[in-house]
Amino acid sequence: MLSVHLILFLAFGAIAVAGAVNLLVQRHPINSALSLIAVMAALAGEYLLLGAEFVAAVQVIVYAGAIMVLFVFVIMLLNAGVEEQTKGSHVAVFLGIPSMLVGSLLVAWVVLKHSGTEAVAAGALPGAPKVIGQLLFHEFLLPFEITSILILIAIMGAVVLASKPTVPGGGPAKKVND
Amino acid sequence: MVPLSYYLVLSGILFACGVTGFLIKRNIITIFMSIELMLNGVNLSFVAFAAHWHALAGQVFVFFVMVVAAAEATVGLAIIISVYRTRETLNIDQVNLLKL
Repeated sequence: MLSVHLILFLAFGAIAVAGAVNLLVQRHPINSALSLIAVMAALAGEYLLLGAEFVAAVQVIVYAGAIMVLFVFVIMLLNAGVEEQTKGSHVAVFLGIPSMLVGSLLVAWVVLKHSGTEAVAAGALPGAPKVIGQLLFHEFLLPFEITSILILIAIMGAVVLASKPTVPGGGPAKKVND
Repeated sequence: MVPLSYYLVLSGILFACGVTGFLIKRNIITIFMSIELMLNGVNLSFVAFAAHWHALAGQVFVFFVMVVAAAEATVGLAIIISVYRTRETLNIDQVNLLKL
């Protein structure tokens, strides 16, 4: 019997998988970026189904908002065009694709057969921002502070790496041609 | 009611798509997006396990994964800009030196 919950799960999952496959198929980076945004929005719906409202909101704001805007900005900045096709190895195609299919079918069979199939009800968790905030600032206080240092280092690294390179003579940096 | 294993299979499919994109794509920016796809697949399994075991720590881990993804995207895109400035290409096959 199909419940509403299962129908919603299948719909969001279909959007996510279609977006992920579209990311692989598209040749232009901007199309890949837009399909990745679709994947992230569908995953936010899955988080809502799992009762994690706050994570769903953060997924939309941070991932689909901030990080993907950064990606699209860099694609526009570098004027990235259609990617060039390169020659792959035939052995990898003829051996890799069948063995990948067999392996993924095996993993799916094991997971579906041998996992506890308890239902996950919508809103079953106390996933309110208050509870998560208490957890974050009591039990996970040290990791939280360490991630703030990580963010600080990332900001400084990005500024150093993306700034104009200068050589001691004062002229522009030499281009590498190979 | 959806079993936990369905979420794990969806998470595995997304992770496999990310690995495939990482291996077959030739544009550096698309390779970075494949890494983000892999992290999203892992996040889905974190949240599904958090709901299954009624433990909110899984949701807190998702925040840390997002922080690491944001830091990685920031530094990685800065490196891409720096590489593009010296080589004027985004094709990964033509970037075979660690030298900027």
